[in-house]
Amino acid sequence: MQQPRYRIETAVEATRIFAFAGIGLVVVLVLLPFFAGRGLVQDLIFVFYMLALAQLWNLLAGYAGLVSVGQQAFVGLGGYMLFAFTVYGGIDPLLAIVLAGVVAFLLAFPTALVVFRLRGAYFAIGTWVVAEVYRLVFAQVKPLGGGTGTSLSVGVINGLFGIDFLREVFGLRTSLARDMVMYWTALALAVGTVLVVYFLLRSRRGLGLAAIRDSEVAAESVGVDSFRTKLWVYVLTAGITGMVGALIYLQTARISPDAAFSVLQWTAYVIFIVVIGGIGTIEGPIVGVLIFYLLQNYLAGFGTWYLILLGALAIVIMLFAPSGIWGYVSARFNLVLFPLRRRLVRLNTEKVDSGE
Amino acid sequence: MNGWLNILIQGTLLGGLYALFAIGLSLIFGIMRLVNLAHGDLIVLAAFVILAVMTSFGVDVLTALAISLPVMFAVGFVLQYVILNRTLGRDILPPLLVTFGFSIIIQNGLQEAFSADSQRLSAGAIETASIQLGGGLAVGVMPLLTLLTAIGVIFALNALFYWAPLGRAFRATSDDPMTAQLMGIDNRRIFAIAMGIAMIVTAIAAFYLGIRANFDPSIGPARLIYAFEAVIIGGLGSLWGTLIGGIILGVAQTIGAHINPEWQILAGHVAFLVILLLRPRGLFPRAFD
Repeated sequence: MQQPRYRIETAVEATRIFAFAGIGLVVVLVLLPFFAGRGLVQDLIFVFYMLALAQLWNLLAGYAGLVSVGQQAFVGLGGYMLFAFTVYGGIDPLLAIVLAGVVAFLLAFPTALVVFRLRGAYFAIGTWVVAEVYRLVFAQVKPLGGGTGTSLSVGVINGLFGIDFLREVFGLRTSLARDMVMYWTALALAVGTVLVVYFLLRSRRGLGLAAIRDSEVAAESVGVDSFRTKLWVYVLTAGITGMVGALIYLQTARISPDAAFSVLQWTAYVIFIVVIGGIGTIEGPIVGVLIFYLLQNYLAGFGTWYLILLGALAIVIMLFAPSGIWGYVSARFNLVLFPLRRRLVRLNTEKVDSGE
Repeated sequence: MNGWLNILIQGTLLGGLYALFAIGLSLIFGIMRLVNLAHGDLIVLAAFVILAVMTSFGVDVLTALAISLPVMFAVGFVLQYVILNRTLGRDILPPLLVTFGFSIIIQNGLQEAFSADSQRLSAGAIETASIQLGGGLAVGVMPLLTLLTAIGVIFALNALFYWAPLGRAFRATSDDPMTAQLMGIDNRRIFAIAMGIAMIVTAIAAFYLGIRANFDPSIGPARLIYAFEAVIIGGLGSLWGTLIGGIILGVAQTIGAHINPEWQILAGHVAFLVILLLRPRGLFPRAFD
């Protein structure tokens, strides 16, 4: 008799269609600033960096079980490092973004040394304390503006790599060329983050991560080093978060400790995006950031009521639909855009239980 | 020499306030393993409730506190019974995210209702009264009352835990919720009562906070962090440990403020991080998280 044969599959039918649609979408987004208005370009920069932050927080909380409410530590750190490198180091802002990421990555190690001593919910508040320490320390650094903050000079921003090229080749105004370079940087960071998260989760380490999420004890018993896996995820996320932070403060061109280390802006909004979209999936934050952008556009004028609504929405979803909007859609229509779940598919169809 | 003794005394008295912030947090973690990210905002909410009672009924601050205690108990009971009980389970995300959502709602709700202006609870002459200890040292009456109240609250809670039937139910559900339920304890009700009691302590903390300093709707998260630091420094599961944790935090902040006024908060955080590195489970740990 023939032994049953299996193959491991991750994709569903919609996945393959989406793979092509996704590439098409990215191409359209790359070309977009040539024919879209300046307002839309600036809005999309915001959407891209919030998407990157949401993906990173989702990787931490949704996959590694590290519920951090202190990611503003690395956003602010990245922002301040951008200012330090460009203003005092005279480094090109684009290179400074990468260097800011490296600094955030390196500082994440001593930070982890402290916060990894706390577990679960206490880890959450511990990360918040560390973010407060970063904020208070940067408020003491007088060359970077101390407690009141500082601004980037126009010269620094207009020295951005590629601006001259765009001006000469396309005859664009400096301000427009500046927006375009930042737009592409933001797009690259957002798409790069999605790809990093996707391939990390598809890798051997990602499999270990999923095992830890399901049962930490069982995962360790089959040889997954839980501490090292989580540490790796934590420092990687911190590094990319630092790069996103650097980009954010290159765009705003003004930084202050209270804004750069704001728990509302860089953690609360990000958590809402992930929870509303669907935690523990790559699609969730993408859906979430689009909804957040629409809410922000139409309701932000209501100020406090808008925030009350956001908080209430997150609570309702957490209580009644914990897998978020994407979780509902995905289960209802069997849609998987980023295939991560490994399924066994039987190749031969003969009966196997009839023999001896 | 007297300078340092003074710092130590003032820091210890400040620690009494931080202990009052922390007791509620410690209590609900101990009984239902719930970490409430809205705890700081609930302290501020209680302060505004006291303020609202004072202004709308024209009563003094102590009467307003007395009226606010059952109100805050009810707030805690309903919050736990209707919403937070649904979030308890093996997964830590739901309680964290739901209380984080409440933190945002309370902050913005208070700002909508009372504006972002700074407020204060006025208690009359006792606010500035002090007792001379000789040698140029003096302690304020209100700070001293704060510390004594914290000690009194801990005595009362320990008496409740170890002598009253309700306390026995608290300890039973804390040890083993499943078995407690089999013995006829309604966990959902017990948790709701525990949250109500935590809110009573919170109202007492808010009373001293509001008399001591200005408050506005945005200061909740910082109070949560102080409370959290006091609990972790002291070690989980021990209320006396929480008091010591609050005092260490208060002394560290007072020393920091003495060196440079801008370093007060930072010094407290640094003390917390150092203790976390040296003694990850706090100074007097009793429970495992």
